[in-house]
Amino acid sequence: MKKFIKTGEPFIWLTGGAVAISIIMIVAILLLIMKNGLGFFWPSDIALLTLKNNEKLLGQIVNREAIPQPGAEQGTILKYRIQLKMGNRDIYGLDFKWIDVEDIKGIDYPENALCLERREWGNMYGFVKELKIDGAVVSVADGNIRSALSSSVEKYGELHKRIVFVAKKEIGQINYDMERLRLKIRKLELEYGKENPAIKERIENISKEIEREKGMYEKKSLELEELYKKSREAVILMSTADGKEKEIPVYNVVRSYMPNDMGYFKKTGIYLSRLWEFVSDDPREANTEGGIFPAIFGTVMMVIIMSIAVVPLGVLAAIYLNEYARQGTLVKTVRIAVNNLAGVPSIVFGVFGIGFFIYFIGGTIDKLFFPEMLPAPTYGTGGILWASMTLALLTVPVVIVATEEGLSAAPREWREGSFALGATKFETIWKVILPSAAPGIMTGLILAMARAAGEVAPLMITGVVKLAPSLPLDWNYPFLHLERKFMHLGFHIYDVGFQSPNVEAAKPMVYTTTLLLIGVVVLLNIFAILIRNRLRKKYVSSTF
Amino acid sequence: MDISFKIEKVNAFYNNTVALKDVSFDIPEKSVTAVIGPSGCGKSTFIRCLNRMNDLILVFRLEGRIIYNGMDIYSEDGDVIAIRRQIGMVFQKPNPFPKSIYENTAYGVRIQGVNKKETLDDVVEASLKKAALWDEVKDRLHDSAFSLSGGQQQRLCIARALAVEPKVILFDEPCSALDPIAAAKIEDLITELKKDYTVVIVTHNMQQAARVSEYTGFFMLGELIEFDNTQKIFTAPSNKMTEDYITGRFG
Repeated sequence: MKKFIKTGEPFIWLTGGAVAISIIMIVAILLLIMKNGLGFFWPSDIALLTLKNNEKLLGQIVNREAIPQPGAEQGTILKYRIQLKMGNRDIYGLDFKWIDVEDIKGIDYPENALCLERREWGNMYGFVKELKIDGAVVSVADGNIRSALSSSVEKYGELHKRIVFVAKKEIGQINYDMERLRLKIRKLELEYGKENPAIKERIENISKEIEREKGMYEKKSLELEELYKKSREAVILMSTADGKEKEIPVYNVVRSYMPNDMGYFKKTGIYLSRLWEFVSDDPREANTEGGIFPAIFGTVMMVIIMSIAVVPLGVLAAIYLNEYARQGTLVKTVRIAVNNLAGVPSIVFGVFGIGFFIYFIGGTIDKLFFPEMLPAPTYGTGGILWASMTLALLTVPVVIVATEEGLSAAPREWREGSFALGATKFETIWKVILPSAAPGIMTGLILAMARAAGEVAPLMITGVVKLAPSLPLDWNYPFLHLERKFMHLGFHIYDVGFQSPNVEAAKPMVYTTTLLLIGVVVLLNIFAILIRNRLRKKYVSSTF
Repeated sequence: MDISFKIEKVNAFYNNTVALKDVSFDIPEKSVTAVIGPSGCGKSTFIRCLNRMNDLILVFRLEGRIIYNGMDIYSEDGDVIAIRRQIGMVFQKPNPFPKSIYENTAYGVRIQGVNKKETLDDVVEASLKKAALWDEVKDRLHDSAFSLSGGQQQRLCIARALAVEPKVILFDEPCSALDPIAAAKIEDLITELKKDYTVVIVTHNMQQAARVSEYTGFFMLGELIEFDNTQKIFTAPSNKMTEDYITGRFG
């Protein structure tokens, strides 16, 4: 036995086993997330359940499980129940219902069962009866209603885009401009005093501009009114499984399909379109439906701002510690402190962020540069800049450690060679040592980005919100709005999963969002790794 | 014969350990001066005094004077940057920077603020030609310097030193990490260089000293035992210790 241990064979198995367990766990996590997340977009068949009491239910079967029977004897036959997504929240009040398999008389898949994805109230399952425009029936169930339906859904989809454009972009722009002009006046008044004749003319000019904007606003609101009126003209008359009838405005429909009558090819089309909506659209219905584009955007932008802040700070600090500081107890202490900083719980950084960045720096900025906005804070409240700075502080130890490693890996000979040519210490560091440490710096950045993208706790108190009205980057001057609040994938997972009013509907969103967060982190890392490899090739390091 | 370096009563210390003891001699201009001696005799410390490379060592201290061109290079107003530009150095192990061949050669000129491409091109070509490397690398100037062989890397380091137009080149055992063929090329190069430059070479290899140098200094335990014509040192040394070392009785 002793001899066997001495051969090292068990040790190989032990180490290999550790690797295997790690890999299995990672793969299992990914598979679980993918299975639960990606299936969400598949348009599964709509089942018509007839219960033994002759009640009829229509919906998608989403789950099936054994009913727990505590205290039952061994060998008892298991009973099952299924979870049905019935939709029609406006009629039933609940989206989901558990039904015991025992109670079911029959399951049917009627070809003409229709699923309407709506902008409000979630999905609707039922049978289409009529399509009406301005009260006149243009199509009935037996005729060409399917093509009429899809073309009018498409048409009103365009109308929706137009309404969003007018309401958000155009009117939003006007509001933004008016607010800016109002602040201009307020600034002048603050600077010169309210009744100062010197600014009277300028204020009048600005007021005229405001009047002009107001006129434009009136015009646009009229247009919007008109568009809204138009949006109400077409309705679909639906009947539910139990025979109730309901009129749904076509405008309210995002997508309509009859999954029982579709092949794999068509279903794949719907699948892809839903997937695309998910990554490219704004959220709807308290984040439980629609897309998560603002969260993706916010996450990526925050990581980028953080990188811009953390690299110079970390690299400069590392250069001082490694090159200039006299190595001794003090530097050693500083180094240990920096390393330990990486282990401080992130919420502590969040608290520091709100105290230092938001209240102190942000508050000072507000007093100095935005007095006209007060008491409403501009930078004195959570925003993407402060969240990024907090995370930069959180990740700076990683960058310092990686950079120091890169710097100390540069051999003495390079320094001597550079000095011997008459270079100063600064030139030597800047032109020889630092470029050779670039791959190490990138490694630090990769670690920092991975950490920052996954962090949620400090963000919750430094600027992340459940739903941000606008992105931190848009076409309004100055384009980059660092003071704005933003959405973040990590926080979105928490919000959708644990703060949602409709937990069952949100569950798959949690998995898909998780998958996307992993995807974003992986993409950012791949990007950084590619840069690092380029740098490595450029400063290829090997001896002869 | 003009004098390049006048070394006057130099004592060098690391902390309180004496590395050089009362060394005085003159190094003539435009010739090759070899410094030989057993390991630990202070010959590397000595050559590193000539361009103040020892400044990098915090515990190093020097007494006495080293006069170069009528100026004490260790005086208060000695500009160490200017000194090192005039007195280039090639090290024991080839130490090209992690850059391309071109950028390695142009480095010294670049840090002097020259960034015009034509000027740099000219400097690079001229220096590589002087270092007898041009023909081997002219088609791959932008490859990494690490793609060269050891001997080529050492010649690149010589080219790099020549690019800043020094007056003196110090060689600190330039061939000890090279194979005999590469070493022979470097030796040829040194013989070539003495026409325009003052060369000081530290070497372990006595044959090499005999082959390339005109003057030889023999160091032992931090002391200069003998300094004379190379021929005289190797044929009729006046000191018993020199004779013992050269004939291989110790060292």
